[in-house]
Amino acid sequence: MTFVGPLDVRRRRWGAQQFAEARLGLLLAAPALLTILLIALVPLAQTIGDSLFQINLKFENAPRPFVGLDNYGKVLGDDSWFNALGVSGLVAGASVAAELVLGMLIALLINRSFRGRGIVRASVLVPWALTTVVSAKMWAWIYDGRYGVFNDLLMRLGLIDQPIIFLVRPELTIWAMIAAEIWKTTPFMALLLLAGLQLIPTELYEATALDGASRWQTFWRVTLPLLKPTILVALLFRTIDAVRMFDLPRVLTNGGPGKSTETVVLYTYNTFFTSLNFGYGSTLAVMIFLIVVLVSFIYIKVLGAPTQGAGR
Amino acid sequence: MTTRAPALPHPPLRETLSHWERAGVREGVGFYVFVAAFVVFCLAPFVWTLLTSLKGPTTIFEVPVRYLPTPPDLTNYQDIFGLERFRWALLNSAIVASSATAISLVIGSLCAYAVARLYFPFKNLLLALVLAIAMFPGIAIIGPLFREFNAWGLTNNYLALILPNVTFTLPICIWVLTAFFSDLPAELEESARVDGCTRIQAFYKITVPLAAPGVFTAAILLFIQAWNEFLFARTFMSQPNRLTATVAIAQFEGADISAQYPWGQITAASIVITLPLVVLVLLFQRRIISGLTAGAVKG
Repeated sequence: MTFVGPLDVRRRRWGAQQFAEARLGLLLAAPALLTILLIALVPLAQTIGDSLFQINLKFENAPRPFVGLDNYGKVLGDDSWFNALGVSGLVAGASVAAELVLGMLIALLINRSFRGRGIVRASVLVPWALTTVVSAKMWAWIYDGRYGVFNDLLMRLGLIDQPIIFLVRPELTIWAMIAAEIWKTTPFMALLLLAGLQLIPTELYEATALDGASRWQTFWRVTLPLLKPTILVALLFRTIDAVRMFDLPRVLTNGGPGKSTETVVLYTYNTFFTSLNFGYGSTLAVMIFLIVVLVSFIYIKVLGAPTQGAGR
Repeated sequence: MTTRAPALPHPPLRETLSHWERAGVREGVGFYVFVAAFVVFCLAPFVWTLLTSLKGPTTIFEVPVRYLPTPPDLTNYQDIFGLERFRWALLNSAIVASSATAISLVIGSLCAYAVARLYFPFKNLLLALVLAIAMFPGIAIIGPLFREFNAWGLTNNYLALILPNVTFTLPICIWVLTAFFSDLPAELEESARVDGCTRIQAFYKITVPLAAPGVFTAAILLFIQAWNEFLFARTFMSQPNRLTATVAIAQFEGADISAQYPWGQITAASIVITLPLVVLVLLFQRRIISGLTAGAVKG
């Protein structure tokens, strides 16, 4: 809200100075606007256009007939698409839920001053800053079926007798991937929630303590309602990140074994650049765009998530 | 762990008050055990990668696993720096990420200043657009960009990566800088203008220097984002000497393709690639956190 300025607060009279200011404002915003237009909006329109054609780049001079909405009809009967949708849904649901619970727990516990707070803060940022591709390689090595440290730890603890080859068993692989995702993003969630917690005035807690509320009651009646905007923003961005997930499945499993970890973006990417099927690939890309729009619509309009900088 | 908070007996009133006053709180052993476990959780995979990278070829593939690299062996690091492809990858990433950061900062700071200070039409539309870009799936534009860049001969050209990186770093740049510009008192600029500066002069001479910490924070965040980018880098670069670090490590085959999967070299390359980021994080943790959370909690 602070970002919006007095746009709808004060009614202005338009004098020469106001015109000059408006012109300068548009001028300063123009480069950013132009970049967004040329690199995002125009290509998006082209993708939508391409989705109505049959375009295969395997054959350079192949005809590219207009097929109307045929590609969209094809999506409805595409088992691979629904498989990918299931994978993305499971990964998004499981990882975002786990991140929220774990992140909240961590944020509540470190929301106080204590010795070594700086160390905690710095170590929280390491998984966040780490390149996803690198993190995928790290986890592939940790999960390794013969030399991996995870198997070694489980064996030393006596939990298993034989090493488990995590990345070849579909029912395990997807959870191994979800665990890697949770590791990378929980700290960031904790950080956002912590920032939200620190905005809650301490007087409120003192008042509820005087009223004799238990910690549990305080959490449900005071902390959670006041934290709701922060939680919704964090969930919105994390859910969308999970829908857009590409780097981790591409490098950790390449969608395998079979198609058990193939997310929607990975499937679409392969349709573009392995099958070179740019028409149908565009259709899938439009579907992903629509999913993102739907998810953000639900969060922003239905749940009332405040949007960063956009005011309301 | 999950039962800790509710299982606590309700503390007597005096203790509760002193707890929320926060000053000089003495935390129990249980608290520090939890904090230590959390720090280990965050760092363990990275530390394990570091330890692996310091092991020789035989120590890495020992069963049961040998935990400490004794003695440390730097062969893996020598090997990867001996690879021309890897040296190129580092250079390419540095060029792409720093150019994208610089361009995004220039474009973004102008836009952020306008948003923070000026009254102009379509401002809300602009902000909605910026928000949309923050949530935009890159896959939705990759097809047309691939074909256009091919047609214009831009594949394997740095520009093909710099342009999308600028676009997708713009939202964070604009949010962080708008928050910083809004916090600066407008009176400073106004007095500069009374003294005869134009608006643009006032911006460059007064606002930008004062907002330097904000610009710096934004620069770190943008650089990290651009350095880590994978989707476009993998698509628009195909020549071995044009790959960025993320693509190079994803496709890493090692110096000797016939040998066992080169985990030693991969972990060493991972450490080299992420070291700049980890150093940035350790040095500037406060700024990074304030920049990351500014937009989210102020909304």
